Amino acid sequence: MRAGRWFASVLPLGVALGIGLIILAASLAASGYDAARALGALWSGAFGSTDAILSALLPRAIPLIIVGLAVGLAFKAGAFNIGGEGQFYAGAVAATWVGLALGAWPRVIAVPSVLAAGLAAGLLWAVVPVVLRLRFGVLEVISTLLLNFVAEAMVSWMVQGPLQEAKHIYPQSDPLPLAARLPQLAGTRLHLGLALAVGMAVVLWLFGRRTLAGFQLRATGANPVAAKVMGRVNTRRVFALALLGSGALAGLAGGTEVSGTTYALFQNLSPGYGFTGIAVALLARLDPLGTIATGLLFAALEAGASAMQRDAGVPAVAVYMVEAAVIIVVLLADAWRRRSALLTAGT
Amino acid sequence: MTIDTVLLASFLAAMVRVATPLLLAALGETFAQRGGVINLGIEGAMLAGALGAALGATHGGVWAGVALSIVAGLAVAAVFAGVAVAARADQIIAGTAITLGCIGLTGAVYRQAYGPGGVGLSLPTLPVVALPVLESIPVLGPAFFRQSVLTYAGYVAAPVLWLVLFKTAFGLRLRAAGESAEHAKAAGVHVQRVRAAGVLVGGALAGLAGASLVLAQVGTFAEKMTAGRGFMAIAIVVLGAWHPGRVVGAALFFGAAMALQFLFQSSVSAVPYQLFLMLPYLLTLLVLAGAVGRTRAPADLGRGH
Repeated sequence: MRAGRWFASVLPLGVALGIGLIILAASLAASGYDAARALGALWSGAFGSTDAILSALLPRAIPLIIVGLAVGLAFKAGAFNIGGEGQFYAGAVAATWVGLALGAWPRVIAVPSVLAAGLAAGLLWAVVPVVLRLRFGVLEVISTLLLNFVAEAMVSWMVQGPLQEAKHIYPQSDPLPLAARLPQLAGTRLHLGLALAVGMAVVLWLFGRRTLAGFQLRATGANPVAAKVMGRVNTRRVFALALLGSGALAGLAGGTEVSGTTYALFQNLSPGYGFTGIAVALLARLDPLGTIATGLLFAALEAGASAMQRDAGVPAVAVYMVEAAVIIVVLLADAWRRRSALLTAGT
Repeated sequence: MTIDTVLLASFLAAMVRVATPLLLAALGETFAQRGGVINLGIEGAMLAGALGAALGATHGGVWAGVALSIVAGLAVAAVFAGVAVAARADQIIAGTAITLGCIGLTGAVYRQAYGPGGVGLSLPTLPVVALPVLESIPVLGPAFFRQSVLTYAGYVAAPVLWLVLFKTAFGLRLRAAGESAEHAKAAGVHVQRVRAAGVLVGGALAGLAGASLVLAQVGTFAEKMTAGRGFMAIAIVVLGAWHPGRVVGAALFFGAAMALQFLFQSSVSAVPYQLFLMLPYLLTLLVLAGAVGRTRAPADLGRGH
């Protein structure tokens, strides 16, 4: 039974991916690219060699998994956090700031401080939508979305102002001192953030399955009125905590990215992790362990996309079409299944 | 004219110019949301409209560009309607996916059509048309009535949409579908059909918004050039309380907040210009915090039916 259910949730994802790739190949062929070569580059860029897996695929998966977990946590409580991008940036700014200041400290203190700064900044960034929703009734969909733009402007200001590199030429920060960098697997770009991402997923999975708070979270998301009236759940508090936790996780992703991969703050640090994270979480049906798998899937597409641009001249953004197709096919499959379930129940 | 009035006049003109794409997209989104559909895909529809405008203008002149932008916006909205209205999938997710797909599609098509690396593309632009008599109103005249045709399209669309929404049977059905899809259905409204119609009108206007960005404001196309204007339009709808008239005001407010940075960037160099980039969003949050208690979203907004 369980195996059957697992299969039923993986099958549409596989079909969706297939359809997405067919759409990509067809539109590439139609616009005059060498589709076979492009798909070959897409594959080898993600899985072609140990180096591709360790230095391109897995490092790319780390922010996607953590942001996916962030989105999943909020969505499960019915809080539509579309502000992962802004919270990611808030975390990245704070982590850079702390990282640059702690260069003389031992690594065991500096790295956790950097990550904690990212976490705290993401959480603080999420305080605004929580207050706006609970105190003033402003929908979090709108407020988190708007705060993304504020965060992007803030990063732009930081890298041309307070956090600009010492020579004041380039719009980026100084590189983080060694002490503030997450340890890497020797000879690769894979860093300890992967363990953090997987650990977070396991913790969230246990939290959702084994604790009362996790149950209240799901109850609030599924039916807030019933949770409040029947279950005596303080739904406002659950909403607030879920959104704050979500912001904290997205901020942690920003801190991890700076401390593990880029070692500096710059504009466009995130190629849309906040939005891709929504897709990652939803395709995993908000399940933390599933998020690891979908995070890896999207990381493979994006790592492959860079290779596709390099080797076949196909713009990397083209894989967004595959991502969009995957999401839409899964959505349609879900809608169709819900409908047939309703029809069966009705007869 | 003194220096101050010259500055004011150029600020107002910039405000209206910057507000035009926002106004067109927000009016369209008002229509969709009144029917109960929140379409985050209008960011993508606007981007597709912008590329359509560029391609049309390159091969057949500015008017072909305008026409193609509407077609592109409609096509994107049709996909969204198919997924979020006909198949009743989650609107937020469907909209996010559509926008993502449009970023990919426009990026790939643009590079194939105009070469890699984004060579500085210079497109023909729509002429500025001065409306006789109205343009001679001091200060306000040149700002509001010496603009491109697409700005005037926004002026016309607002009252037309208001009439359709509040004075026609179709508008009544659309609003009913947005307030309570269940009751509307019980009263014989084909909810899916009117919602799809609302989304399509929104898509056409979002496409046109893309055209105004390319053919009246910038004169070129760049990847991801809408830069969140579609999302901004959604904020404007909320700020405008889902009412075409107030949406015009809200769009001009956003235009003013954005035009402010041109004004200050040149004069006050001590303040980082990025703070002015934040301004429209922060002001919107403030206004929403003050306004939401007194306005109300369509009750079934975002709910599948």
